[in-house]
Amino acid sequence: MARPHRPVLPLLLSLALLSHGCSRQEPAATRVDANGDARQVLLAGNGGEVQDLDPQTVTGVPEHKVIMALFEGLVTEDPKDLHPVPGLAESWEISPDGRVYTFRLRANARWSDGEPITAEDLVQSFRRIISPSLASEYAYLVYNFVAGAKEYYEGRLQDITQVGFAALDARTFLVTLENPTPFLLKIMASHYSWWPVPVRVISRHGPVDQRRTAWTRAGNLVGSGPFILKEWLPHRRIVVARNPHYWDAATVRLDEIHFFPTEDISTEERMFRTGQLHLTNELPNTKIDTYRKEFPEALRIDPYLGVYFYRCNVARPPLDDRRVRKALALAIDRESLVRNVTRGGQQPAYAITPPGTVGYTPRAQLTGDLAEARRLLAEAGFPDGRGFPTVELLYNTSENHRAIAEAIQQMWRRNLGVEISLLNQEWKVYLDSQHTKNFTLQRGGWIADYLDPHVFLEIWESTSGNNDTNWAHPEYDRLLHAALAAPSEEERYEIYQQMEAILVEELPIIPIYHYMRVRAISPAVKGYYPTLLDNHPYKHVWIEN
Amino acid sequence: MFRFITSRFLQSLLALFLVISATFFMVRFVPGGPFTAEKAVTPEILRNLEAHYGLDQPLWRQYLDYLGSLARADLGPSFKYPNRTVNEIIADKLPASAELGAISLGIALLVGITLGTFAAVRRNTWIDYTASSFGMMGISIPTFVVGPLLVLAFAIHLGWFNASGWYYPEDRVLPALVLGLAYAAPISRLTRGGMLEVLHQDFIRTARAKGASEFRVVTRHALRGGLLPVVAYLGPATAGILTGSFVIETIFQIPGIGREFVNSAFNRDYTLVLGTVILYASLIMALNLIVDIVQAWMNPKVRLEG
Repeated sequence: MARPHRPVLPLLLSLALLSHGCSRQEPAATRVDANGDARQVLLAGNGGEVQDLDPQTVTGVPEHKVIMALFEGLVTEDPKDLHPVPGLAESWEISPDGRVYTFRLRANARWSDGEPITAEDLVQSFRRIISPSLASEYAYLVYNFVAGAKEYYEGRLQDITQVGFAALDARTFLVTLENPTPFLLKIMASHYSWWPVPVRVISRHGPVDQRRTAWTRAGNLVGSGPFILKEWLPHRRIVVARNPHYWDAATVRLDEIHFFPTEDISTEERMFRTGQLHLTNELPNTKIDTYRKEFPEALRIDPYLGVYFYRCNVARPPLDDRRVRKALALAIDRESLVRNVTRGGQQPAYAITPPGTVGYTPRAQLTGDLAEARRLLAEAGFPDGRGFPTVELLYNTSENHRAIAEAIQQMWRRNLGVEISLLNQEWKVYLDSQHTKNFTLQRGGWIADYLDPHVFLEIWESTSGNNDTNWAHPEYDRLLHAALAAPSEEERYEIYQQMEAILVEELPIIPIYHYMRVRAISPAVKGYYPTLLDNHPYKHVWIEN
Repeated sequence: MFRFITSRFLQSLLALFLVISATFFMVRFVPGGPFTAEKAVTPEILRNLEAHYGLDQPLWRQYLDYLGSLARADLGPSFKYPNRTVNEIIADKLPASAELGAISLGIALLVGITLGTFAAVRRNTWIDYTASSFGMMGISIPTFVVGPLLVLAFAIHLGWFNASGWYYPEDRVLPALVLGLAYAAPISRLTRGGMLEVLHQDFIRTARAKGASEFRVVTRHALRGGLLPVVAYLGPATAGILTGSFVIETIFQIPGIGREFVNSAFNRDYTLVLGTVILYASLIMALNLIVDIVQAWMNPKVRLEG
């Protein structure tokens, strides 16, 4: 993939064409090529354009990737398996009842403007995310767990000092939880809603508890992570540069990271081939075989903690019958689907939670052959599919989802004699249909925000805003709460096994496959380990020339 | 003339008001909203979000508020990009689209008019056939095919350009070529048609009879009338080309307004949808007015009346 020198002619031609206005477009950062540049500058495809860089108001994955460079939590992620390791806090203690966490801040923990990060800063920051007027979309990841926070958010508690955040002294910060939350440190390490923001700086740019202030722009933004924001040209690039005030600055090897908003994955792949990127955010399915043959060293397929499934509306016949759901679930040839249709190394899913989710692998598995599927369908009153109404399968408009839907449509027709029709809707219309439960069968997916099986099991609680199946199971709900109170991780995981067994028996959702992350990456990029959340703490990444 | 322009301006203002009103209500009746997400927010968070953006007010009230802020030339905050206003987004993105559009339009006019004129003058010769095939190809092969093909050839194989981006002067070349040639095709066909019609008219025969050279006949006498169809086409085409092409901007990762125009609708970014619609509608109206004036100047049979 060597790149020849640029000839002079097209350069002159373009200069002649554009003698005006060039200096305005010329970005501040200098020209970098992914091939053979001596400096430590990582060029990364980042998916879409980021909405904003305020960790307390954004929601997306592209935002997360940039914010990971700019901010850090009290605990942070290990580069290889993402388990929580000390971040801004050098140590912590958990009370015997699991409800009080006492963090000891590092003496050299500093904001990127050089000011020390104090326990009082943390209190102010956490108060900001749970302030109703900020309307943070991820506020629930904080207020669901912290004592008094939900009452405060909902207006039932007026006094913010009653909420479980406290500064004992400049370096001792306390969090008191509503219930013992065994995965709290995992959320704190992996999810930006728990990473502190500098309220003192934010207040200079407008009301602290309002979104839409200018504090996140380049030049204004002050963070706590290994990098600082140097440049943000919307839809062009975001440049972050090494933060000299970062407590662990000695570990950081990259000088800069350039994030490119690569909305079109084919364009992104072409950028990779011309040396504009060291790594892509994704790779088109159609390119995987080519890369396997031609650039195997640049192809990376890593497990990605998520599940692709079909969601049943259990209030609508014929999916109100568990036997029908099970017959449909059994009649999908998942091996063939991932081999011939998705082709990105995806793992067939026979349970909801991906196997090997930090020490948890569901024992309950969807088992049974086609004969079993046909028997169940006949029992439900549809022998050989006779009398089965046409069920509509809803998916969001996309080539990949359509290909999967067509393959499954064919499998059901062939194996069960059942006919389904396909309906695609534009993304937000499709989401609206989902949340208003205006569908019979719907494609869905769920990607973990942090590393714990809880992520995949909590959504099927009857009151969950993401359940959307009309499925309610009191025993399942009870177990979910029992798990949170379990005295040890083994016992908690044991309860999850029971919940998983209920899901596989009841099948409000039909698991199809577990995701993989496919990307092109230059072999020169080191320290970019395969991790289940596709998080790659940048301070451990470097480029080998 | 003055009366004509004033009356057209008032008509445009009324049309713009209707466009704004229709768009305002239409985007609200589309299913899904700016905060509809795969991971649903809790009802209390959604309530706070809606309160923050005034979406909890009755629709007529929001409509009046919007018109009020429009009167102050404030297009409101973006829903998708909370730390930017719609005014800022347009100010930031329009220049890239306009720059690309201006270069492309230059290429389109140069190539289109030249080819069309030659095709008409040398009718039914290989020149005509070549130019007409180019016209047909340019119209029928979409830019999302031509774009990646040019990138494959000139960026990946020859390595002359970047595959995408809008950072350096040479980054303009490929997208401007693709967009310019796409517009050159219809221009060449319109020019050929217009020229053929004019070349048969009496005043051309007179000019030839007076011994004018073919070059002079074409450039001094025929072109002015022959280009009338092109000028009519240029009004809406210029508005379209200056406000960006979604396809080109996506393929080449150009930070232009064309992408916002389409993506804002997908994002249900109500204010950004309205902002881009207002921009596009005003440009079309302004350019159509200019086209009418230019046509009157080019064709004595046209009179401007209010």
